[in-house]
Amino acid sequence: MKKILIVDDSKVIRMVARKIVQELDFETLEAADGQQALDACRDEMPDAVLLDWNMPVMSGIEYLKELRLLPGGETPVVLFCTTENDIEHIHEAMAAGANEYIMKPFDSEIIQAKFSQVGLI
Amino acid sequence: MTPEDVTLFSQIVKKRSGLVVSPEKAYLLESRLLPVSRKHGLEGLEGLAAAVRVNPPEAILEDITDAMTTNETFFFRDIGPFDRFRDDVLPPILDSRAASKHLRIWCAAASTGQEPYSLAIILMEMASRLAGWRVEIIGTDISNEALNKAKEGLYSQFEVQRGLPIQTLIKNFTQEDGSWRISQNIRSMISYRKFNLLDDFSSLGRFDIVFCRNVLIYFERDDKAQILNRIRKQMPKDGRLFLGGAETVVGITDMFQGTPQLRGVYSPV
Repeated sequence: MKKILIVDDSKVIRMVARKIVQELDFETLEAADGQQALDACRDEMPDAVLLDWNMPVMSGIEYLKELRLLPGGETPVVLFCTTENDIEHIHEAMAAGANEYIMKPFDSEIIQAKFSQVGLI
Repeated sequence: MTPEDVTLFSQIVKKRSGLVVSPEKAYLLESRLLPVSRKHGLEGLEGLAAAVRVNPPEAILEDITDAMTTNETFFFRDIGPFDRFRDDVLPPILDSRAASKHLRIWCAAASTGQEPYSLAIILMEMASRLAGWRVEIIGTDISNEALNKAKEGLYSQFEVQRGLPIQTLIKNFTQEDGSWRISQNIRSMISYRKFNLLDDFSSLGRFDIVFCRNVLIYFERDDKAQILNRIRKQMPKDGRLFLGGAETVVGITDMFQGTPQLRGVYSPV
């Protein structure tokens, strides 16, 4: 079973995302900010990361840049999932090593479509 | 809504488009026709039914047909047919037309444009191979409303996210107030026309590739056969027809046959 790390400071968003990805047969891990996510990745590298942008302590983009420098940090498929829906943010995320970009609000169909596009399902 | 009203609206749609509103789809009548009733200042579905029973105005009949024939679509829907188009169908057709450098593609149920734009995006990515070619994509649909949206090429965030990888999105679209507009380069590759699949196809000319996906399922068997046979007449021997995943030519016409290894792709017999 593939492992996905859900990184979002909103408990509700994490719960919604968790329910959707569990339906897609993923084992879930959760983090409430970039620093927690980084610690989790140092402990165990997930197969994929669903990543919010704006979070306290460490933002999603800062986390992504740090992640890609970790040993094995190039392997997780990272999908941003954020309300930062302008093209500049999208470019910045892709340049930092994101694999896909989901613009909130999302639903299960969008998650499924994006997971399929990046080969997770 | 009374059973008589259901029959009345279904008959209007069938007569004008050939599309069958099956009993299990009758629930759609209510949600789709209430806006039509409101638009024409009528009192609910009863008012709409009364208005079309005697000397129905053409505009109301057209709106009813429009409302009932607009079907869900999204970019690169089902993905497989688009992979087969790019990797298997297109190369031999391009080879055989190397002298004329002319390719014509018909999206017979273009709806709001996502399918023809998906094909255009694929062709745009092959720009170097197609340098000097005249490529025409004709998108037709019976619904004015759908075609207007297709021509406009403006899609919501929800619509673009359902089929487009982010790189494809940012390469081919620009952002406009939270919506996404497909680039003029892509838009200019497609000409849209209102067209009824029950009408004569000869005015459309000949096509090398026809996409007629997820529309025949709504027709009765005889109309399906007629449509397929008339598509065949517009197509050279090496042309290719794409049908939807739930559609087939088997038992309907012997003018097409399945193409080995290419699911959903049919060759003229």
